[in-house]
Amino acid sequence: MTNVISHSVTKGATGRGDGGEAAPLPQRNSQAGRRKSRREARVAPWAFISPSLVLFAVFAFAPIIAAVVLSFQNVQVFGGGTWVGLQNYQQMLTAPLFWTSVWNTIVFTVGTVPTSTALGLLLAVMLNRKLPGRGIIRSLYFLPMVVSGVAVSLVMVWMFNSDDGIVDAFLQTIGLPRIDWLSSPHWAMVTIILAVVWGRIGFCMVTYLAALQGINPSLLEAAQIDGAGNWRRFASITWPLLNPTTYLLIVLNIVFSLQAFDVIYVMTGGGPGFSTTVLIQYIFRSAFTDGKMGYASAVGIFLVVALLVLTWLRSRLSRKSEDFA
Amino acid sequence: MTTITAANGAAASTAPASPAPRPKRERNSVGRWVVWALLVAGALLMFFPVYWVFVTAISPGGLAQSGGFALWPSRVDLGVFARVFKSQPIGLWMLNSTITSVASVVISVVISLLAGYAFAKYRFRGRDAIFALMLLTIMVPIQVIVVPEFVIVSKLGLVNSYWSVILPSAAQGICIFIARQFLVALPDELIEAARVDGAGEFKIFRSVVLPMSGPLIAVLTILTFVWRWNDFIWPLIALQTPDKFTMSVGLNSLNGAYAHPWDQIMAVTLLSMIPVIVVFLVFQRQFVQGIAETGLK
Repeated sequence: MTNVISHSVTKGATGRGDGGEAAPLPQRNSQAGRRKSRREARVAPWAFISPSLVLFAVFAFAPIIAAVVLSFQNVQVFGGGTWVGLQNYQQMLTAPLFWTSVWNTIVFTVGTVPTSTALGLLLAVMLNRKLPGRGIIRSLYFLPMVVSGVAVSLVMVWMFNSDDGIVDAFLQTIGLPRIDWLSSPHWAMVTIILAVVWGRIGFCMVTYLAALQGINPSLLEAAQIDGAGNWRRFASITWPLLNPTTYLLIVLNIVFSLQAFDVIYVMTGGGPGFSTTVLIQYIFRSAFTDGKMGYASAVGIFLVVALLVLTWLRSRLSRKSEDFA
Repeated sequence: MTTITAANGAAASTAPASPAPRPKRERNSVGRWVVWALLVAGALLMFFPVYWVFVTAISPGGLAQSGGFALWPSRVDLGVFARVFKSQPIGLWMLNSTITSVASVVISVVISLLAGYAFAKYRFRGRDAIFALMLLTIMVPIQVIVVPEFVIVSKLGLVNSYWSVILPSAAQGICIFIARQFLVALPDELIEAARVDGAGEFKIFRSVVLPMSGPLIAVLTILTFVWRWNDFIWPLIALQTPDKFTMSVGLNSLNGAYAHPWDQIMAVTLLSMIPVIVVFLVFQRQFVQGIAETGLK
């Protein structure tokens, strides 16, 4: 997602996006025909984007603008709001639960991002060559990507159930103590992280595989002829060439983690206590449990701004890494 | 690192100038099998939750692990599917999910192709700004705008209707991005040639651009179908009566209700996963390609 915006802006400005220039060369047409086709070519792009524009205006731009406006208002459940300036933001910065959820978001992000990226890299490197049953093995790693958050959550709740779940039964069988996966505040976050990483490894692996296939094999062969060992070849050729992919994946994974909602909502609802209440959960809770729409919007705007800063940082970083390469 | 050791096993064994080919090949092949075994173990671990959904569903009483550890039930009971169909409106939820997903996919694919083409091949005032704004919406999680979105949908009189789910989810910045990236690579010469031949702008789209967009349409359709089928939070808010629920919302409604034993919950979970798993298995290549090319989930 992040790359999307940086991409578009640079490509839109300098790329080949201006191909079908609206000034055609209608040599065979009459004067009137030429004028008509020119007018058509000027109107056409607007006609092409108008269905999207209408849907976006109504269902995306309008609610976003409304959310910004709401964040400066005090609104009680769908009634009219009163203007309160920055009060919601002030309240946010002094609310202990806001800081708890910021902290939980950091823990959740640190728990999910490096693990899924590193596992994705490891798997991609191992699966990037001929092995018996490679296709099936790859599919098994991808598969969790298409399972819905609700389904993932329900299976995980069932598996990590501390009364009759399979995980604790297994731990007991091999002589380890049972763990309160979902009812202890410390383990609940670990369980959530496991569930999310399970769904995300496949994505990281696919992205790394695509990047590995883009590496020119003659580079690695040349290094081998020069006597470089396998580790050396990985460290000084493959890894540096994967740098842009690693950047991309880390930032995308952070964005996904900041937006991760379904799994937490269904598995723990942010509990026990507030131990798994991350920011996005807190926003939802403020709006629907506490009925503080204006305040929820303010926290939401804070989150979106954080996401945008991240995007901007990535575009800066990737520009630097391109310069380096 | 064994993984890398085996990486060029094939290349090493064919290289004639390799100083000591034999022992190296042997070491590589041992490493290769260790790697293979690790990969298979990992894959089985990854698959385990899906397997567990299936096994729980077909075990009487849901294969509770209170009395020890079992990976397969002593007795298989397929009657659970009949029971869940009787106790919950599963057929209706499936139908609702199918209608809303398919309609939303069709709308997003059509409007994204049109808009992506305009952004890729025309130059017009405000183009880059509009495109950037549409992409910006990707950054805004639905939870942040859910309240105003609900107000808009209810002002339009759509609450608890199919349209309340279809229309908001059809406006996807990511689809427009994917479409534009693909269409920008189409050769301008073809479009220009059609224009010189006097073809109108829409005719060019229909008879030149569309026939070349097959792979794009495939990727967009598969990605958005999986996303829409799995959508949860917005349908949860917009759909209010059980007869309008989609599969995800219906499934969630079973959660935490102690009246439902695990075999029934897992049976419904399994049913909810089947359509996306089938789509994934059939169109895996396009799906993976779509994910890898856009760097998106």
